[in-house]
Amino acid sequence: MPAVDLIIDHEQRGGVSRRTFIKGVIATGAAVSSTAYLFRSSGVFAETLTQGAVERLITLNVNGQQRRVDVVPHETLAMTLRYKLGLTGTKLGCDRAECGACTVLIDGVNRYSCSTLTHTVRSQEITTIEGLEDSTGQLHPVQQAVVDEGGFQCAFCAPGFIMSMVALVEANPNPTRSETAHALSGNLCRCGDYNKILNSAMRAAEYARRRA
Amino acid sequence: MAEKLIGKDIVPPDLVAKVTGRAKFAEDFRAPGMVFAKLLLSPMPHARVRNVDASEALSMPGVLGMLTPDDLPEAPPRSERALTYEPLYEGEPILAVAAVDETTAADAVERIKVDFEPLPFVLDPLKSLHPNGPNARTEGNYFFRSRDPEEQGFRTLKWTEADFAEAGEGRMPMGEPQTEWTVGDIDAGFAEAALVLDETIVHQSLSHHPMEPRSAMAYWQNGKLYLHTSTQSVAQTRVGVARALDLEPDDVVLIGEYCGGGFGSKIRGSPIQLVPALLSRKIGRPVMLRITRYEENYIGRSRPGFQARVKMGYRADGRVTAVDLYIVEDGGAYGSGDFRTAGTVASLSYQPLSMRLRGVSLYTNTPPRSAQRGPGGAQIVGMLEPIMDKAARQLGIDRVAIRRINAPDNNGWLGPQRASLTSAYVREALDKGKEIFGWEEKIRLSGRRNGTKVTGVGVGLSPFVGGSTGFDGLLVIRPDGKLYIHQGIGNLGTHSIADTARAAADVLGMPWNRCVVVWGDTSNHLPWSSVQAGSQTTHAHTRANHAAAMDAKRKLQEIAAREFGGSPGDYATADGSVYLRSNRLQRMSFAYAARRAIQIGGKYSGHELADNLNAVTVTSARALAGQGLVAAARDTYRHEGSTWSFVVGFALVELDVETGQIDLKEYTAVTDCGTVVHPRSLAAQLHGGAVQGFGIARSQKWVFDPQWGVSFAKRFYTARPPGILDVPLEMKWGAVNKPDPQTPVGAKGIGEPPVGAGSAAVASAISDALGGQCLCRTPLTTDVILAALEGRKQPYGPLEIHV
Repeated sequence: MPAVDLIIDHEQRGGVSRRTFIKGVIATGAAVSSTAYLFRSSGVFAETLTQGAVERLITLNVNGQQRRVDVVPHETLAMTLRYKLGLTGTKLGCDRAECGACTVLIDGVNRYSCSTLTHTVRSQEITTIEGLEDSTGQLHPVQQAVVDEGGFQCAFCAPGFIMSMVALVEANPNPTRSETAHALSGNLCRCGDYNKILNSAMRAAEYARRRA
Repeated sequence: MAEKLIGKDIVPPDLVAKVTGRAKFAEDFRAPGMVFAKLLLSPMPHARVRNVDASEALSMPGVLGMLTPDDLPEAPPRSERALTYEPLYEGEPILAVAAVDETTAADAVERIKVDFEPLPFVLDPLKSLHPNGPNARTEGNYFFRSRDPEEQGFRTLKWTEADFAEAGEGRMPMGEPQTEWTVGDIDAGFAEAALVLDETIVHQSLSHHPMEPRSAMAYWQNGKLYLHTSTQSVAQTRVGVARALDLEPDDVVLIGEYCGGGFGSKIRGSPIQLVPALLSRKIGRPVMLRITRYEENYIGRSRPGFQARVKMGYRADGRVTAVDLYIVEDGGAYGSGDFRTAGTVASLSYQPLSMRLRGVSLYTNTPPRSAQRGPGGAQIVGMLEPIMDKAARQLGIDRVAIRRINAPDNNGWLGPQRASLTSAYVREALDKGKEIFGWEEKIRLSGRRNGTKVTGVGVGLSPFVGGSTGFDGLLVIRPDGKLYIHQGIGNLGTHSIADTARAAADVLGMPWNRCVVVWGDTSNHLPWSSVQAGSQTTHAHTRANHAAAMDAKRKLQEIAAREFGGSPGDYATADGSVYLRSNRLQRMSFAYAARRAIQIGGKYSGHELADNLNAVTVTSARALAGQGLVAAARDTYRHEGSTWSFVVGFALVELDVETGQIDLKEYTAVTDCGTVVHPRSLAAQLHGGAVQGFGIARSQKWVFDPQWGVSFAKRFYTARPPGILDVPLEMKWGAVNKPDPQTPVGAKGIGEPPVGAGSAAVASAISDALGGQCLCRTPLTTDVILAALEGRKQPYGPLEIHV
């Protein structure tokens, strides 16, 4: 699909005709579309959707609560959480499973919510950063560890990293620093605060062990 | 007396919000009736829009309106606008459409028919200098700046065929420069030299890619614009937005409490933040413009690349006698001037007996440039430090020693005017770094082979400007007994909103748990502040808050003297009280003093203000008047010379000679940034900046299709910034911790120089692992390293800047 509909003529300008240009752009696969990352709502896909093939009003288990929500079939979990359920703690950093800012837990496993269709997690337990504190508002040991280490700089990546840390300490209460780095390697921090993030994660594991 | 806060670790006041997801960044805000905007981006690197047919898009259900360049306020011809009919790079925004949801807006964008006329484009500044080379803009290939408006304007600079021929194969030609300065006699400098190196070096351009793209949400209420935006600075961004939209600053409420990284790309926000503001005004609904990573790649700013030629002369003892530096800078679509700073940094690093800088900066049809952490400095440090290594090897001098011989001290100089320094403790930093890193032991591992792995050890010295002066501090002691420290700077995660506030707390002896930092929302009445960029904040705002706290202290002493008798000087402050020095039981709580200040009025309550304050501070102080003891003061502390901070980086790598893979095993950074304000946060700057430097040295680059001028490396995975597995498991640091004598707290800024130290130390270590081969290029990707290992021809031409 060409990114932008262009009126094509055959005039030569600057040695490049527009037709040639567009062909070239398409051939190189570098067509610019501000929208290329979005799932399309038009075309054949949309036809089948409007025929009611998929139920739209669904129930999600988010942070221990049953949430009724209207979800279109191609909607990602990140968009549902952020724009339908008001859970903006989950961040969108890349829309494409490259940065991990959108990491949430699905049945305890850390996953990219930007690349998970909401409909696929209907029967699963979803935990976001907002769901980590206990009912009294006490911080989760991982959150407390980050606070005590002064972890993160801008912290846009923090919710995603923290969810990965939670998954790590549950799965491996005694991680080495190297295992910790591997467990967090699906998350990107552009402030480069990895040293402090690793310090936080090591302390998090210690707190989690103490609690257990 | 409360313990001094400066020099202690604290938990920043915003950290709990950050770890619970309650911290709201620009894209986290919602407003009733909010709709979504999408951008239409140029598919071509240079074109003219002849016609736009949006009829189909605008008739779609759910589409609410469109913003075009015609809807934007006038701007000077060379400046970048939020939208344009003459896109100068692939991905430049042309139009924006608003619709009830993002998908509908995106669909509408796809249905707009744009008639583009392709125009000639250029991706490499050297090609634009060629006699028949294209210009990136129809008006010329650079902008000549002058105070004389007649003289100022676009110009075209071309070099001659002879200039190109003279350089010879693989060497950078050096035609007519735009800028030239000389210090000392460079001919004499080279005549005196025992060793002369002449190298051609290339440094890539690279995108900033902060984790938070530059999203913004705007609405209008009772004639005021409410703008939620991702910005490094708050007070200055608001003024910039007001100016761009021809509004009074009071009519802009700017909210930027959290900024998800900027690194120089969001100094006053971004041009694109005007789109939701104007679109909202046009359609009468709140508008969210969510910028995606894909869009961020184009509009998100980048560091200008350099092609350079340097000739350096050395005495036998390693002293630099002459530097002759010529830089061709890739200024991107809207220009840049990093090469000037690069020249100044080179003069400062090596204190050469003579130096000449020549440079040109040219437009290319590539994404816009802006300052990126250590602008100009990080590039030149990464380029010249490996040359210093080469000289050290040839002269048989230790690589740390050659830096020590040339390093500036308190009598150092920089730039064409031979400006003086406020302080420089570079030798101390080198010595401390040697010790922490263990240079003497590590250097013995240099070149050692273990299986397929070869060890390399490197060092890099990186200076950068460490502060500005003359901004305002604004404090209120309220009847609740707390000290409210108002900050107009941004909150990038450097913790400087809290760290610089501590200067005020320390002056008053106020415990930290009774200090409240007010920041990020201009409706909370913020003072005029520096931009949170160029490592200015720590210096500028420890000073401004110190000045305001001294004002508060004087007022507290005067109120106490009025109440209890005696003279103000008989009183001191500590732990939230003002007390008689000779009898500490004679005391008044700050809570009581605040109530007294309100009763007395005048200067005590903020109804009378000093006449040297910025208008922004005056407006804010007036709004706060009567709410407590108001203190507002401008930083007028003495400051002569230029304030610079320094970082020395040490790295140890293992190079796999079969795969070309680099494993960065160790990194240590040591700084002279004056007094250490917040150790843990300082470590984060030293290490975090270095990680960005590792990305420069090793991985981040641009790839363009030369035929169509479109980008291939526009996502994280194609221009990969370092991940957690690309950095050492544990990094070390240190600080000289000697106060700068020309600032009351003694602290200098530290945001910028860690980047160049990281880049240079890693480039130096890789070169060491390659047996001292200086590849004179960044990034040192695996293909480059493998070609060097195997003695093959490099995959790129020696001057190729975007591959």
